[in-house]
Formats: sequence, structure tokens, C-alpha cells
Amino acid sequence: MKATKAAKGLLAFSQQEDLVDLPDNFPLSGSEDEGDGDGERKHQKLLEAISSLNGKNRWKIPERSEASLKLSEFNVSSEGSGEKVVLADLLGPVKTSTSLAVVKKQLNRVKSKKTVELPLNKKEVEQINREVAFSKTTQTLSKWDPIVLKNRQAKQLVFPIEKEPSTIAPIEHMFSNWKARTPLEQEVFNLLHKNKQPVTDPLLTPMEKASLKAMSLEEAKLRRAELQRARALQSYYEARARREKKIKSKKYHKIVKKGKSKKALKDFELLRKVDPNAALEELEKIEKARMMERMSLKHQNSGKWAKSKAIMAKYDLEARQAMQEQLAKNKELTQKLQVVQESEEEEVGAEEEEPLVPDVVNEVQMSVDGPNPWMRRSCNSNAKEDEIQADPDPGQPLELVTNELSESEEDAKPMAEEEILLKEFEERRTLRKRSEHNHSAKPVGSQEETDSNSQEVLSELKVLSQKLNKENHQTKKQKKHSTETVCGVQRGEPIPEEEEPLLLQRPKRAQTLEELEELGREECSEHTEFPRPALEDQMERNPQNQPKGKKKKEEQMINLQNLLTTKSPSVRSLAVPTTIEELEDEVERDQRQMIKEAFAGDDVIKEFLKEKRAAVEANKPKDVDLTLPGWGEWGGMGLKPSAKKRRRFLIKAPEGPPRKDKNLPNVIINEKRNIHAAAHQVRVLPYPFTHHQQFERTIQNPIGSTWNTQRAFQKLTTPKVVTKPGHIIKPIRAENVGYRSSSRSDLSVMQSGQKGLSKHHQKKLKKTSVD
Amino acid sequence: MKVKMLSRNPDDYVRETKLDLQRVPRNYDPALHPFEVPREYVRALNATKLERVFAKPFLASLDGHRDGVNCLAKHPKSLSTVLSGACDGEVKIWNLTTRKCTRTIQAHEGFVRGICTRFCGTSFFTVGDDKTVKQWKMDGPGYGEEEEPLHTILGKTVYTGIDHHWKDAAFATCGQQVDIWDEQRTSPVCSMTWGFDSISSVKFNPIETFLLGSCASDRNIVLYDMRQATPLKKVILDMRTNTICWNPMEAFIFTAANEDYNLYTFDMRALDTPVMVHLDHVSAVLDVDYSPTGKEFVSASFDKSVRIFPVDKSQSREVYHTKRMQHVICVKWTSDSKYIMCGSDEMNIRLWKANASEKLVAEPSPGPYREHLHHKTLERV
Repeated sequence: MKATKAAKGLLAFSQQEDLVDLPDNFPLSGSEDEGDGDGERKHQKLLEAISSLNGKNRWKIPERSEASLKLSEFNVSSEGSGEKVVLADLLGPVKTSTSLAVVKKQLNRVKSKKTVELPLNKKEVEQINREVAFSKTTQTLSKWDPIVLKNRQAKQLVFPIEKEPSTIAPIEHMFSNWKARTPLEQEVFNLLHKNKQPVTDPLLTPMEKASLKAMSLEEAKLRRAELQRARALQSYYEARARREKKIKSKKYHKIVKKGKSKKALKDFELLRKVDPNAALEELEKIEKARMMERMSLKHQNSGKWAKSKAIMAKYDLEARQAMQEQLAKNKELTQKLQVVQESEEEEVGAEEEEPLVPDVVNEVQMSVDGPNPWMRRSCNSNAKEDEIQADPDPGQPLELVTNELSESEEDAKPMAEEEILLKEFEERRTLRKRSEHNHSAKPVGSQEETDSNSQEVLSELKVLSQKLNKENHQTKKQKKHSTETVCGVQRGEPIPEEEEPLLLQRPKRAQTLEELEELGREECSEHTEFPRPALEDQMERNPQNQPKGKKKKEEQMINLQNLLTTKSPSVRSLAVPTTIEELEDEVERDQRQMIKEAFAGDDVIKEFLKEKRAAVEANKPKDVDLTLPGWGEWGGMGLKPSAKKRRRFLIKAPEGPPRKDKNLPNVIINEKRNIHAAAHQVRVLPYPFTHHQQFERTIQNPIGSTWNTQRAFQKLTTPKVVTKPGHIIKPIRAENVGYRSSSRSDLSVMQSGQKGLSKHHQKKLKKTSVD
Repeated sequence: MKVKMLSRNPDDYVRETKLDLQRVPRNYDPALHPFEVPREYVRALNATKLERVFAKPFLASLDGHRDGVNCLAKHPKSLSTVLSGACDGEVKIWNLTTRKCTRTIQAHEGFVRGICTRFCGTSFFTVGDDKTVKQWKMDGPGYGEEEEPLHTILGKTVYTGIDHHWKDAAFATCGQQVDIWDEQRTSPVCSMTWGFDSISSVKFNPIETFLLGSCASDRNIVLYDMRQATPLKKVILDMRTNTICWNPMEAFIFTAANEDYNLYTFDMRALDTPVMVHLDHVSAVLDVDYSPTGKEFVSASFDKSVRIFPVDKSQSREVYHTKRMQHVICVKWTSDSKYIMCGSDEMNIRLWKANASEKLVAEPSPGPYREHLHHKTLERV
């Protein structure tokens, strides 16, 4: 309060420039002789009055009696003040003389010219200058506004703002005035000098200097880069080897081994062409290796592993395969080399081809068991046929498979066979995973379509189905397992090749459909909430799959039911004719309700009364109920303390003083406001807050470490200004906050400005003097 | 068989070093702390009380002057050096760490009216009642040398105040008019007047260094622009302003110490109304100086007290006074913003803490004081 009053007072008293300049306006000069003049005038008047008493009214003309330096302004006569001196009048006497013609002309010329305006007086000029300078300064100062605002709002300011440059003098400076005095120092220096250790900067020994000179920087860099590269490559290689070593899959290793041997052969081939002698040596080596292999009895099926496998082979397909493989190998090894000298090429070819055949056979089997397990089961179920056809079969599927393979191989011939194998291996693995994943869900057809593997399966299937068609051999078992073939058969249509993938996609779904239909037929009539839409969709999508006739009927039935369930609400309301009238009533009521709602706010009086009642209720002193349930009697859920007890322990609150607005029906007087507390409350919202709720929330939050985490506590109690003891805080500078400060010093600016000004003045002066 | 066991990570409860705080597992759920408001209130109250209990601001008194101390100056580069001029024309240089006078100069006849240091800290200027401006070396004379000023400028009128430019070799004096001097010359580079009354003090703006503020005995404060060599604006208060001080962090803010017991903080771009009026003194305010952080300032008053005001508050945060301190004539806030010095009529310079309860020396042991520090931080409530 006091402050504002003071400010007001200040405002009233602060009169700016206008008032300041006042003293100059006072006519100070006249004030002194005024007293004397006044006396004289009075005297004169008196004399006049006396003379006028004579009756003779004389008009006395004031005359200047003597010449004086000081002229009183009151003595200047005002005679003829109305007239103006005209130039023509002055020229009058000149007319006669002809010698002054030139002057006359000049004067005439002057007459035609306009007069120059009076310059502003000094005071005004200064004022203007000041105003201009002030506006300029204000502008330059306003660049600080954002920084000042930022600093004011900053949560924490850390001083000193700029980092002090570390003022460490270079070592030479320190050494220049320093001498070793104590014996220890001298000893140390002696040692240093002896070893040619540098004492001053740069701190390098001659050795180091020489080594620095020995190799240029670029060279060193190049060499370093090379070394780095080599090290990196080595590490990559090592990592790869480690990774490959860790792979546990036997198949993978087998394939790798095969690949290696093949590669060795290829190399050998190359070598033979290039260097026959070396090739011969190599051949000998290979031969020796083969001999060793033969000698080792490794593939005799007599090892521990082979025995265990033999036991397992009955049940495990893989074991059987492994056994077969080993046998094949054994056979190969024990085969007599009939024509060793015939041609190496042939042998090589044989060696190359031999492993291929069993591989492919294996592959077919694998592909059978690989992607979809039910196929395998179907194979098993058709075991008879399989076994029957086993002998002729390998040929046919082999061809097919090779056909299938050739398609891909033609595209990429350079792709080595083992690579393909590797890839297949990978694919199979992913497929297996997928199939596991999709076992319960729908099989993803689109992905499988692209797989060559699935195509293989497909082709095989085709063959199978064709055979089946021929034989016309149907059983219910088959129907369950390979529905698509069954479907095709049922329809009696030739199976189009394009459709097959589609069919393949959902053998399972079809199965479930059938089952569902069979199961749900009885329930359909009762359960209207059956998930029909999805089913229907499925049916619509593959109507070809569905056997016609009876199944179609079912479809229709389902559709009907579906309709009923989906449109049930509207149908129900329309279905009952008696409810229509009620509905109309409802509409009317709704409208009324709407109108009521729209004008609900109009009932202000009622609302006010309600509010007042609530306020009165809220302010009434409350009774205190001290009953303890279960004390002295049974307590628990649903049991209330007895009325007697309640009466006994209920402390009735005393009637409070009458409300101030008791007799004022239209007023609510809030008696809650505490004047004593108000003295401690904040009257004005503190600075950074914009809403009282923000402020309240921050005030309500505890800041002690008991209620806050350590971090939060530290954050809440950070000091606003942090200063370092012993560090000088300099005034903020334009360079520190990213502004450009003028490079010229203020003094030079001022002096140059003054020079300019003075020159300007001089020019002006000259001009005026010339004129 | 799997046996379930309670296991804890030692990182959750073991300290890394002995100096770390003990980790206390806590549940900060506000529902579990129903009494947090009353407890915090008590703590806050205790904190404020303790702050008062621990408030021991007075550090030292430097005595040695034989007359009232009329002016003080800080050294721009050394925190421990302070210069003071007395009413008998004596100038003393003090070392604050030893609290001893290192040098005494009989600089003027009559009052030393003003004293200021050069921005580099190698020399200082004094003006006195003997109409002279003298420049002195900061280091004392060598052995056998006379104590003599580097330069002496004889003026026509009495100079009542002096201030040095913050970057250039220029200084400003005031008396009948404001004069800007080049250090190399014996006559002012320019002199600026506006009105006729004597000017009591002049101050350079530390940020926009070409700006000057002065206050004259005809109740006005006049701002000048040194580059354009013109006065800029004038504001007339209802009583005389004794001195002004610019905010070292906000270029356009300055505070005026007025005879009407108040201090007025102005934005120099809008002089019509002060930004803030600082009350609380009960007699004329004689001097004012800003903290180098620009967040607070200290004022010295004829009422024998020194007060510290936050810039944005109209009430003072602290008042320093002792039984023996008489009218305080001059006051300075040290450059590290930790101390306050005041020179008073009874010939003493006093050294105070800027923050009365702050511990300025390293704490010997964290034991009993930690609680106190904790309370201090809590005081914000």
C-alpha cells in the first residue's frame, strides 16, 4: 500500500522536460529596473495630474533626453506603430541620383526573393536531439529483453556465467626466472641434462624427436589403417568359424562336408588341367584317403552308434535313413575299382552321381514328412499302395522332382547343388516352425504356393490322387485325412491344376466345417447366438468345395437364422402391434422432456433454494457417533449395533449460533471464511503462476525428503542462484549471450562523432557568414 | 525342488562409499503419510527460526580511518582488495583476508569525494574537495620513492563523484556538469549539462557501457549517452536522489537511493513509473550497490542500518545494524556476491555476510549441522 502511494506521489511530482526548462522562460532581466521605473512613472503621472488641474489639456510627447547604453523597454515610443516601413519609401530619395541605379536594381531583386526561415532556437534543437538519441538507445537496449526475461524465469542461475580461462603460464616463463638452488634440485637437473631430457617446452627427448621424424604422418596413418583392416578381417573370420562350429545340426555338417569334398574335386579338376604332376600327387592323396577310409571299418554298421541306430530304425525314420546312408557309403567304399586305369573322368562322374541318387530319394521322403504332417500320415495310411509302388515309384517322382528342380535350376544354374540343399534345409526348418505355429490356425496358402517344396508335394499328391482316381478306392478314413481328393472325387470333376493350391490351403478348415455342421445341426435351432457370419463367409468363399444338394439347404437355413439374429431388435419392435401406441406416447414424452431440458436452467429460484439448503446443511455442526460395532455384542457383516447402544454413544452437537442469513431468504452468507487465516493467505497470485490451481497444487505438494525421493527432493530444493566462493562475477556481456558487441570503443565513437559534428557546425557557420 | 527365497540385490541397500547417504527404503505413497502437512509446517517453521538463530552476519570491522568513510571501491580483479576514501582526504587500501590496511595515502585536502578503480585493476582515481582528479598506482611505491599520484588534473570546480568506464580508458566526473575524460588528456573530452544544479554522483552502465546515469541536487536523475554526447532523459522525483546503481545483469534497470527513505528501481526506457519502490528504511538512503548476480541489492542509510532488498520485492529481506555503527555513508557488494562492506560515519568499514546464516568456511563435520541444512532447504514452504 505504502509503495503504491509513494509511486503515485512520485508521479504527481515528476514533471518532465517541460517543467525543467521553465526557469529559462522567466523574464529575469526586466525584474531589476522595474522598481525604479515604477517610481519615475508615478512621479510623472503626479506631475501630469497637477498640470491637468490647470484646465489646459496638453499632450506631452515623451522624448529621449540623453543617449544611454541601457534602454528601458518602457521608454520606447509607440508612435506610428501601425505603419510599416516599406522599401519603396526608403528608395524615394535615391530616385534622383543616377549613380545608385545598380543599388536599386539589386534591391529590386531582393524584393522578389523570399526570406529564409528562422532556424530553431538552441533549446528546441537540443530537445529534438535528446529525443532522437533516447529512441535510439531504447532500441539498442531492447535487444536485452529476451535475455533478461530468460534469466528472470530461469529455475537456476549459476554464476559466474563465463568460464574463466585457466591462466597457466607456459613452462618457459616459469623457468626463465628460476634457478636450481638446493642440492636436491641441482642433482635432479644434472640427471636431466645428462639424459638429454628436455627441461623446457616441447617436452620431447631427442630420441622421440628422431622417431617422430622417421615416419611421416600419412604413412603411419596408412599403415595403421591396413593393420586395422587385417585385424578386422581376422576377427570376422574367427567369429564366422566359431559360429559355424557351434551349429549342431548333423545334416548341415553332412552337407558341408559333401560340399567340401565336391570343391576339392573341382579343384582337382582344375589342377589337372593346369598342372598334371601336381594333380597326380593330389590323386594319390585322395586314393590314400579312400584307402584309409576303407581300412577303418567305419561304415561297417558294426559301431556302437550304428548298433543303436539299428535298434532305433524300427521306429525312427531318421535313424533308418542314417543307417541307409551309411550302408550306401559302405557299399561305395567296398566296391571294387574295376577299371582304375580306364579314365579318371568317368570315375569322377560316378563319384559325383552316386551320392546324388540316394540324396534325392531321401529328399522326397523328407519333403513328404517336412511341411505338413498330415500328408505323411496319409502316406502311412496308404502304406500298402506305397509299398506296392515303392519300387517303380522312385523313378516317377524322381523325374517329377527333377523337373521341378530343373525349373529353378535353369534360372540359376551356377547355384551349386549343395547350396540348394542348404537352402532347402533352411526352408524346411522355417516351414516346420510355421506349420507348428499354424497348426491350430489356418495354414497360410500364399506363402506355401511359392515354395518349391510345396509344389513338389503337390505334384506328388497329384500323382497319388490320379492313382487313387484310377483305382477308385474310397474309405472314410481317407475322406477324413485328405478331404480335397475326396471332394474332387465326390464332385466327379477332373481336378484343375490351378485350384489345387486353394484346396490345399484349407483341408483342415473344411474338416472343421464338416464337423461343426454335424455337431451344430441340433444346436442350430436352439442357439441363435452361434457364430454364423464367419461360417457363412467361409462357405461363400469356397462354394465349390461344398458338396451341393443337402449342404446347400443347410446353408439356406443358416442364412435365415442369421438374418433373424442380426435384425432382431427392429423386428421385435415391429413385430408386436400393441406396442405401437405406446411408442407414440413415448415420442411425445421425449419431446416434452427435451423441451424441459432445454429450459431447465430457467428455474433459478429453486436451484438457489437448494443451494442455500445445502450450504446450511454443510455448516451445521455434526453429531459425533462413537459406537463401536462388535463391542459387547456380536458384530460382523449385516449386523448393526443396537439402537440402545447407538443412542448411548451418540454425542449430539450443540446448536450453533444462528446463521446470519436466517432471515434473508435471497442471500447466502458464507460464514466459513476465516479472517485470521486470511491474513496469512496469498492475496495476489505469485509471479510465474497463471492460475490459482497451479499455485495451490505446488503449495500442497510436500517438499521434504520424507515424502519425496532423493532426486525429487533435490530438484524441489535447488537454490535459485548458485555462486562459487572466490570467483569474481562479472557483469553480463553481449558476447557471452551470443550478441555481437561493437568492436569500436565508446571513446573513439564519441570522438569521431564529435569531430563530425564540429565539422558540420563549421560548415554551417561558414555558410551563414557567406550569406 | 525349487525353493522360493527372499533375495535382494545388494545394490539396493549397500552404499558405494562411506560418504554416501544411507539408503532408506521408503513408501512415498501419500496415503501412508496423513500428517505430511502439519509435519512440513513444523519443519518449515523450525527452519526459519533456525535460520534466524544461526544468522551471524557480522564478520569484521576494519578500523584505521581517522574520519568518516566517505567512499568505497572494489578491486576489479582481486576479491581481497578494497579501497576506501575518508572525509579527511585519506585513502586506504585494505586486504580483506588479513583484515589489515596495506597502504595509506593522503590523497586530497578535504573530503575524498569519489574513488574508482580502473577496469584492469592497475590504478585508481580519486576526486576531492580540492578540485583535483588524481590517478594512483594500485601497487605501492617502491623503496625510497615518494607516494605520488600518476597524474593530477586541476579542475575549475569541485568534483563530487567519479566513475571509470568498464572497457575504455575513459572516466566520468560530476560536479557542475558531467565531464567525460580521456585518460591521456587533462581536459574533458566532452561535458554534458541539463539544468544548473550540482550533480552528486555519476555511474557508468556496466553492460551498455556508453550509458551514464547521474543524479543532481535539483531532485532529478539524468541519463546520458556518451557516444552521442547528449543527455537522454530526465526524471524528477519528489526528493533528492543521493546515488544510483545499475543492475549488472539487466542493462536497462537501475536503482536510485532517495532522500525520501525509499529506493526506486527504474526501467530506463520507461521512466514514468518506477518498476518497484523499495520501502523499509526510516531515514534517507545514502548509497546503493547491486549484487553481481543482479538479483539483490544492498542499501546504506542515514538510519544507521544496511538493508538487503530482492530486486523484485518492495520489502527488504535483511537488515544489518550494530550498536556502534552510525550513519552508513557507503556500501559495496563484493564481486563474488558473498560479502557486503559498508563504510560509516564513525570511521569504520564493516564486513558482513550477504547471506546471514550461510556457512562460509568448510564444514568441520556433517553431523549436527545436516539437520540445519535440511531445514534451510525446506524453508521455501
